Amino acid sequence: MSVDAATVRRIAQLARIAVSEAEVPHLQGELNAMLAFVEQLSEVNIDGVEPMTSVTPMEMKKRQDVVTDGEIADDIVKNAPATENHFFLVPKVVE
Amino acid sequence: MTATSGKLIKGATGDWEVVIGMEIHAQVTSKSKLFSGASTAFGGDPNTHVSLVDAAMPGMLPVINEECVRQAVRTGLGLNAKINLRSVFDRKNYFYPDLPQGYQISQYKSPVVGEGEVTVELEGGRTATIGIERLHLEQDAGKLLHDQSPSMSFVDLNRSGVALMEIVSKPDIRDAEQAKAYVTKLRSILRYLGTCDGDMEKGSLRADVNVSVRKPGGPLGTRCEIKNMNSINFIGQAIEHEARRQIEIIEDGGVIEQETRLFDPNKGETRSMRSKEEAHDYRYFPDPDLLPLEFSQSFVDELKAHLPELPDQKRARFIADFGLSAYDASVLVAERESAAFYETVLSELADRARDGKLAANWVINELFGRLNKEGRDIASSPVSAGQLADIIALIGEGTISGKIAKDLFEIVWTEGGDPRALVEQRGMKQVTDLGAIEKVVDEIIAANPDKVAQAQAKPQLVGWFVGQVMKSSGGKANPQAVNDLLKSKLGI
Amino acid sequence: MTDLTSQTLAEARKGLAAKTFTSLELTDAHLKAMEDARVLNAFVLETPDAARAMAQEADAKIAKGEGGPLAGIPLGIKDLFATNGVRTTACSKILGNFVPTYESTITSQLWRDGAVMLGKLNNDEFAMGSSNETSCFGPVGNPWRREGSNTTLVPGGSSGGSASAVAALLCMGATATDTGGSIRQPAAFTATVGIKPTYGRCSRWGIVAFASSLDQAGPIARSTRDAAILLRSMAGHDPKDTTSVDREVPDYEAAIGRSVKGMKIGIPKEYRLDGMPAEIEKLWEAGAAWLKAAGAELVEVSLPHTKYALPAYYIVAPAEASSNLARYDGVRYGLRVPGRSIGELYENTRAEGFGAEVRRRVMIGTYVLSAGYYDAYYLRAQKVRTLIKKDFEDCFAKGIHAILTPATPSAAFGIGEKGGADPIEMYLNDIFTVTVNMAGLPGIAVPAGKDSQGLPLGLQLIGRPFDEETLFSLGEVIEQAAGRFTPVRWW
Repeated sequence: MSVDAATVRRIAQLARIAVSEAEVPHLQGELNAMLAFVEQLSEVNIDGVEPMTSVTPMEMKKRQDVVTDGEIADDIVKNAPATENHFFLVPKVVE
Repeated sequence: MTATSGKLIKGATGDWEVVIGMEIHAQVTSKSKLFSGASTAFGGDPNTHVSLVDAAMPGMLPVINEECVRQAVRTGLGLNAKINLRSVFDRKNYFYPDLPQGYQISQYKSPVVGEGEVTVELEGGRTATIGIERLHLEQDAGKLLHDQSPSMSFVDLNRSGVALMEIVSKPDIRDAEQAKAYVTKLRSILRYLGTCDGDMEKGSLRADVNVSVRKPGGPLGTRCEIKNMNSINFIGQAIEHEARRQIEIIEDGGVIEQETRLFDPNKGETRSMRSKEEAHDYRYFPDPDLLPLEFSQSFVDELKAHLPELPDQKRARFIADFGLSAYDASVLVAERESAAFYETVLSELADRARDGKLAANWVINELFGRLNKEGRDIASSPVSAGQLADIIALIGEGTISGKIAKDLFEIVWTEGGDPRALVEQRGMKQVTDLGAIEKVVDEIIAANPDKVAQAQAKPQLVGWFVGQVMKSSGGKANPQAVNDLLKSKLGI
Repeated sequence: MTDLTSQTLAEARKGLAAKTFTSLELTDAHLKAMEDARVLNAFVLETPDAARAMAQEADAKIAKGEGGPLAGIPLGIKDLFATNGVRTTACSKILGNFVPTYESTITSQLWRDGAVMLGKLNNDEFAMGSSNETSCFGPVGNPWRREGSNTTLVPGGSSGGSASAVAALLCMGATATDTGGSIRQPAAFTATVGIKPTYGRCSRWGIVAFASSLDQAGPIARSTRDAAILLRSMAGHDPKDTTSVDREVPDYEAAIGRSVKGMKIGIPKEYRLDGMPAEIEKLWEAGAAWLKAAGAELVEVSLPHTKYALPAYYIVAPAEASSNLARYDGVRYGLRVPGRSIGELYENTRAEGFGAEVRRRVMIGTYVLSAGYYDAYYLRAQKVRTLIKKDFEDCFAKGIHAILTPATPSAAFGIGEKGGADPIEMYLNDIFTVTVNMAGLPGIAVPAGKDSQGLPLGLQLIGRPFDEETLFSLGEVIEQAAGRFTPVRWW
């Protein structure tokens, strides 16, 4: 399988990475090189094989329902590029 | 399972059937979030109920809250649903400022709860069974405030990561009444279980409603999804409007476009949410930070053994044990608090078999009637279950008449006090002393010879005498005794 | 004082305990070495004041006889580990001047045991790379050069700063992470010892995530024993990481010098690649011979799905990365490049904040997860992964204790020499290491010799799950036989 220029633009849009028109052909080439490389997986017989879901098979430990965290609003917004009264600020989102 | 047919809508080309499916998002009742130890408390200053995990700081990892798992399983059991001993958390990937991780942890292919069903009560004693497709656990998003600045939106992550149950129905709902009954019933079950507080105003319970129309028995139409409904009445209105909108379009030769719509309660209509529908591609895949969610059948059995009595069971018991009508039983069990109040009244009654039905009448008619009139809820009722039980017992044992009981209720409502003591203090006891009643009867017969003659000619006029005796006794004379005495004295 | 830096960690520990020198002296010696070696660009942030304060604290504890297992030992920390109050960037522009308010579990365990932090080490951006050339702070120089050449070589990656700093004696050991070979390949390129423990052995909490199901932290050290000492402090169950294993941490150092007699060592035939340099082949044979001489039994084994590990990796790792890196959106921390709308802000921030390699991997990862392609790529790759894991399980079930392979298909190469035209060329560096991540197994790279140009080469040992001890025992045998390798100082 290979990607066309339109697909490259769509992927960039999904990944939220601005891509200029000039970059598209180059990216298309690189992505297609990677897709060509992984193409060999289609040789593998995977009939009846379960996909790996946990690397180390074990039961998932669960947390008790206790409030142990939070109340650190200063820390939460400490590195924020734009903040006011402990809110994060973003350009107005139009619904 | 076959859906119960609903109200058809008349169009220009004949009758139309509405097909409805619902996705309900119910906030799980828990102290801390689904994957972090931050509080789920409502409100709070901006970004205070937020941990580093909820803010998606680099290197942060989710750890699941066992109580949220229990609550989901309990809810599944309450919906008579299949519990999956193994389920998987997936990431639903999309960008939005209220979604710090850039993905929502949800369950896509393997939900914790599978198929189940809910029976809902409709008008006229009819019922409908609505299939449950699945229930899964997922994270809530944060909140955007748009009214703080002309150019910026403010992001508060206090809700981010709170556990939600998404309960997906099968498309078994056929009209607005069924839809409303379904949400009402589901909410009732969740509240009985204590797995969601059901507070729709606060957004603890919200519904996405999928609506399509078709000719009865015909192929399914294209559906539109009405998002984020947080009132049962609005759900009804939105469905009515949306169905008619779709019918008009189709009858005018148009086609329905699959889209997301919002209900505007002020205009009573739905409108398209976006002009250009963004191509969603959520790229679901199993969250590699979490292992599959696994538990044993004995874990499920243990939860099942400790489930509270649910509305359907309680309703059946009320009917069987106290002879309540199906309608009265439904009214009493609809809200957990009402049922609890009624049961407290019962627990205070010495003779429940005798007075159970009477108690139901009093709770529904007198108490609920009065509460509704004053816009109060049962938690703030001035008449306690104990006081009401005393009033009912006084009627049951013949100490006061039903009419006097209403006066007594009024006194207890406005002034408070012990009903038994009040009856004594204020001389409200029913007079059953035949001698005392006979004295009054004799007096009235003696004073009204013309009426006596009339009554002897026309026996139904005895009623005038009864009224006079009751009036003279201040309503306290036993009506049956008065009637019997009069008949024998007048010789009719 | 410079000789203080030339000891191993184990030797320094003895000296500190015997009060031959203080941690402050040891720390100052390393700080000086770091200053003199800035041309290597191994450190992206030096924290001398904090280092001296920690050293003095360690000295006080040692004096009171309360020093922990790493008391007073100066270490370097890969910039992927969150350090409280100390800038942490994953060497990506998108994190900007991010200063965590939290400490990764692993580093907090190192400080618990008395270690001293010298600073933050360079790495490939978000650990995506095999040469440390994708770092936003620029490439790292390998202390090793080809004989008679002034060409600066890469130290490998992604833990290039860690490997370079340990090899150049700038720190006594370093933390590192390994997603496809990022500990073992740079260790092999610099004649250091690097171990990637079993998946789940070390907590991932507080480490900037690349690919969650593959990432695992471990040490890069000057000797096998040093690596064992460091891993004991780094390993352990963490309730904050659901994938970390609740299992006792053994005394790894006790495995150093333990007999390997009677152990069955697998030699996988699929690792004998066409066109593999003769030197690598020779090194592999030498390693096998040393182990045999120590009493181990060599057995040819088959791992039939080996060739599919790298392509499967290049689906799984980018897919997970595309999702893990979604949080870098310019909203809550790090770089923000404005836009007219939130969408533009995202796109501008991520286009400018991510380097070319990260952008490429995020895009390929996005593609393989997208509607219509998930089954063909991601699901298939995860099934292949099951088969790769099963290959190893079958092998271990036959009584194999560990598997011996080359660590890399070549020695270190020059900066800018590889991957310029074709990214796959760079990816092939991880061909021997990536299977281990795919199967979640432990793997150690130990220096074993030099190529004809005088560059170090390493061997890899792959172990059973949670049997790092056997790898240390076997690694020590190779280290004893091959000797230690120190670069000639040119910086």
